[in-house]
Amino acid sequence: MNVGSTFNVAFRSLRRNKMRSALTALGIIIGVAAVIAMVGIGNGAKAQVEAQIASLGQNVILVFSGSTTSSGIRTGWGGAGTLKIEDAEAIRREVPGVTAVSEEVWSNTQVAAGNQNWFTRIYGESADYFDIRQWPLAEGAPFTAQDVRSANKVCVIGQTTATEVYGNDNPIGQVLRVKKVPFTVSGVLTNKGLSTHGVDQDDIVVMPYTSAIKRIGGGTNLRNINVQVADAQQMIAAQQQIIELLRQRHNIRAGRDDDFTVRNQQEIADTATATTDVMTGLLGAIAGVSLLVGGIGIMNIMLVSVTERTREIGTRMAVGAHGRDILAQFLIEAISLSSAGGIIGIVVGITVANTIALTRHWPSRISATSIIAAFSISALVGIFFGFYPARKAARLDPIEALRYE
Amino acid sequence: MNDGVVVKLVNLHKTYRTGEMEVHAVRGVSLEIRRGEFVALMGASGSGKSTLMNILGCLDRPTTGQYILDGADVSRLDRDQLADIRNRKFGFVFQNFNLLPRTSARENVELPLLYGRYRLTNAQLRKRADYAIASVGLDGREDHYTSQLSGGQQQRVAIARALINDPEVVLADEPTGNLDSRTSVEIMEIFQQLNARGITILMVTHEQDIASYAPRNVHMRDGIVRQDLAATQRLNRDRLQRLKTSPSEP
Repeated sequence: MNVGSTFNVAFRSLRRNKMRSALTALGIIIGVAAVIAMVGIGNGAKAQVEAQIASLGQNVILVFSGSTTSSGIRTGWGGAGTLKIEDAEAIRREVPGVTAVSEEVWSNTQVAAGNQNWFTRIYGESADYFDIRQWPLAEGAPFTAQDVRSANKVCVIGQTTATEVYGNDNPIGQVLRVKKVPFTVSGVLTNKGLSTHGVDQDDIVVMPYTSAIKRIGGGTNLRNINVQVADAQQMIAAQQQIIELLRQRHNIRAGRDDDFTVRNQQEIADTATATTDVMTGLLGAIAGVSLLVGGIGIMNIMLVSVTERTREIGTRMAVGAHGRDILAQFLIEAISLSSAGGIIGIVVGITVANTIALTRHWPSRISATSIIAAFSISALVGIFFGFYPARKAARLDPIEALRYE
Repeated sequence: MNDGVVVKLVNLHKTYRTGEMEVHAVRGVSLEIRRGEFVALMGASGSGKSTLMNILGCLDRPTTGQYILDGADVSRLDRDQLADIRNRKFGFVFQNFNLLPRTSARENVELPLLYGRYRLTNAQLRKRADYAIASVGLDGREDHYTSQLSGGQQQRVAIARALINDPEVVLADEPTGNLDSRTSVEIMEIFQQLNARGITILMVTHEQDIASYAPRNVHMRDGIVRQDLAATQRLNRDRLQRLKTSPSEP
């Protein structure tokens, strides 16, 4: 018997039991849809986290000043003013591979323009900041290295600050009073969205760090230093050299703890993606169980079907069906059910993932790989769970099968 | 092969072994059936007629002895080879019809063609099935489902299925066993018409009046053939019997 006829026979049998075929496939539909949707949501979350981390900038090393302990109360990173402007200069000068350095100070302050005022975060940075964070301006121009040297009263503001303070007016060239000191807005940053912690990154004012220190006040210490390295391979070496350089500059003896902390962007990314990987894996595993249950459903129905159709099998054998024809028929029935379930399940899964993305604002990312994998797995489920019933059918003795009541 | 003998059994034995017990179902049957014959195989249950029928239909193999079908020895073929023989040489008619449920008459009749040597298009399948259905007088009911047909009609569909591959022999196992007497007569008339067209028919039955439709009756008892009578011999025997019981008849 040829392949075409076998398919013909199998499809005719499935059509004869439409309700049963549909219900059997439903198990697989749910299983595959669950896998597609869950993995899609998991990957979406992972992609979102990765995008947020990439927004920190590429090949960035963050140096935080250390914490102080005062009367048993520790202040956290940046609490102690252990990083000096000279430290940043030294890193810029002495660590090979460093392409950009931005000295950072920040504080939360009330700003005002005209009759509007707003509470926001003020960042003092070097002119390299916008390159390091890969944060272009939407309009206007950033402050320059000259502005930093002269501690000029210029600043760049984020989208949120711009709307809150200036409404629909163009902020470029306007005056922004920061702690009553008038600054000129030279540019507006592009939209960056929420950070991994849910903080609005666009609610910001960025000015030269020199201006922040001299005009706004608050000491001469840096909160942290953002360092950018030319390429990823130099990260570890650069990180090590920064640690050595700073220990030497701060006169820390061997065996004593650093009074600063160095982190690179990759470490932060790894922690965050490891979490989402675990979540994706868990969601996928739970969905996989439902796919397994769907497969067992197929085996169950196929076994019932073989018993119920024993006489049919006997008849087919009597009129010339080989054992392998019967095997092929039942196997194709099982695979057709699981593959059809797989295809419908993919469609349902994508729909579910998109619906969730729309209504719950969870991003979902459905890759071609996961679709191909889901379809292959559903077909394999058909082969695996269909084989035993099919072999049972193929091994029936035609005489006994014909007499079966 | 051209001597007209389709089926030739030579000292055929079939022994079943169930645990310690050996059951000798068929113990030494030799039989010849010529092309175009209509033979009724008779016997009580346990006489070995069903076992013999299974072997004749290539559903089973003899333990010893030879089965020459159409000039070729088929006693030692394997499962798949037997399946091919069944497909090409035989048409089966069963007591309980054995039609596929929830399936149209046409699709039931097409069934043997699906397992045949040739790949036929759906149009060819349909044409041949409709022709076979018409030949048993069921034209117009090709699309009826099994459940929509009466017992007699179902058996006719089964006969159409048996005929579709132009078989050497039609094997009928108690074809009227599940039918009322009037329908049984209709079915037997169809067999007689088929036989008149030159189709060889071998029918198992335990009913004397059904067997009487066949020109030749083979009686089995205890696994061997007891009597093998042609119609003329049967007629003479019956007349003799009547003479014995009522000597007053002229």
